[in-house]
Amino acid sequence: MRIKKLTILILLALSVMGLVACQKDGVDNGDGRSQSARTLDEIKNSGKIKIGVFSDKKPFGYVDEYGEFQGYDIYYGNRIAKDLGVEVEYVAVEAASRAEYLVTAKVDIILANFTVTKERMEKVDFALPYMKVALGIVSPDNALITDVQQLNGKTLIISKGTTAETYFIENHPEVNLLKFDQYSEAYNALLDGRGDAFSTDNTEVHAWAIENEGFFVGVESLGNLDTIAAAVQKGNTELLDWLNNHIKTLGEENFFHQAYEATLAPVYGDATDPDSLVVEGGIVE
Amino acid sequence: MQDLGISVLFQGRNFIRLLEGLWVTVSISLISVIISLVLGILMGLIMTSKNPFITLITKVYLEFIRIMPQLVLLFLVYFGITKAFGIHLSGEVSAIIVFSLWGTAEMGDLVRGALISIPKHQYESGMAIGLTKKQIYFYIIIPQTIRRLIPLAINLVTRMIKTTSLIVLIGVVEVVKVGQQIIEASRLSVPSAAIWIYGLIFLLYFIVCYPISLLVRKPMEY
Repeated sequence: MRIKKLTILILLALSVMGLVACQKDGVDNGDGRSQSARTLDEIKNSGKIKIGVFSDKKPFGYVDEYGEFQGYDIYYGNRIAKDLGVEVEYVAVEAASRAEYLVTAKVDIILANFTVTKERMEKVDFALPYMKVALGIVSPDNALITDVQQLNGKTLIISKGTTAETYFIENHPEVNLLKFDQYSEAYNALLDGRGDAFSTDNTEVHAWAIENEGFFVGVESLGNLDTIAAAVQKGNTELLDWLNNHIKTLGEENFFHQAYEATLAPVYGDATDPDSLVVEGGIVE
Repeated sequence: MQDLGISVLFQGRNFIRLLEGLWVTVSISLISVIISLVLGILMGLIMTSKNPFITLITKVYLEFIRIMPQLVLLFLVYFGITKAFGIHLSGEVSAIIVFSLWGTAEMGDLVRGALISIPKHQYESGMAIGLTKKQIYFYIIIPQTIRRLIPLAINLVTRMIKTTSLIVLIGVVEVVKVGQQIIEASRLSVPSAAIWIYGLIFLLYFIVCYPISLLVRKPMEY
């Protein structure tokens, strides 16, 4: 029995040591003990800024076939790092835990297609916007819908749970809605002619219309305009002010139109007006 | 169209990236499994104790871990510890802690169950033919316990391996996430990528889990 107890003790000690050893590695790559966000100086001195981005939302934030981060958000992130004079480290985040990464200071900035909402403003501080989204309506070329009024009494295809669903129920009850659980089903329904048009985020319908000949986005911007902005930890005014000033300077050189050309244009093509998505200098018209 | 789909796997570093993702999955689950097996056996022995205080503590621990979804535990450790103590654990370490806590609790209960399932007459028969306590454990109880334990433990291990797909939510990019990144990056150019990528991921999981069930056939034979 003695021996058995001893072996058990040793095993226990070993596994605890293993855990502790791992923990040490973990602590090192944080900024020591602090959970409040890093100041501008701390970021500059460390030589690296940590930015949380999406890794699977093409063309905004995604990883290409070589394992490199790419996209509209990344284009902006690279510029932030360049103008701060630091390296950039991208952290792949998920929609559900984006805010939490800022609250616990695991990243300095979130650039993950973060839509500005009232609820989120209570948790994080948003900088000036660099993009805007609204609803778009895609329909066949030969029966193009260019105005919501044209939909009166017609069938509109909708994906369940999207902002488009709530918008049309509240504002246009005269439109018949045909609802689907998944985007792919909804698009197939449109291809089959089961509905007259399809509505969802304008970014999404634009990308789809490019790939599918015979379809066109007749209504580019409808409903409430949502803006998309960088976010920092609540109260990190130093970094926030820097970002706001930075975005104004970038506006002077039309930086986000360049970002659009480099990342979004190949997906949305010439048919899309960049101004329906891009926000320059933080000013939304 | 089908040729196009499979070519996604070999574009750039895609295939290597999937294997790297698999390595993340395997290494995190392997470390957690080893810790869980060792601590779980201990836990099981402790749980058979008749001391009401120990029973209460182990019960509370087991039920807490069992009721909490793994995702909540992951968030608690990854974000919660930073909030409460200001300590930054990496996603990998948080994942290993959570999976070890979970594995230990579940494994402990399995060991406890296997131990108490051995009928009393097995002990008594051993004593009747004059075996010492040590001999009874070594030749009668432990072999039977292990035989009862193995299928259950394997079930737990494969469950742990599969549940690692949650750790992407605390920023650890493992095989399923890499797959989703590739699918999403080629969504418009190669719409059929999903079936190829998920097919490959299925195969990779199978390659990892199958040897584990082969491994246990041996001790099950006697």
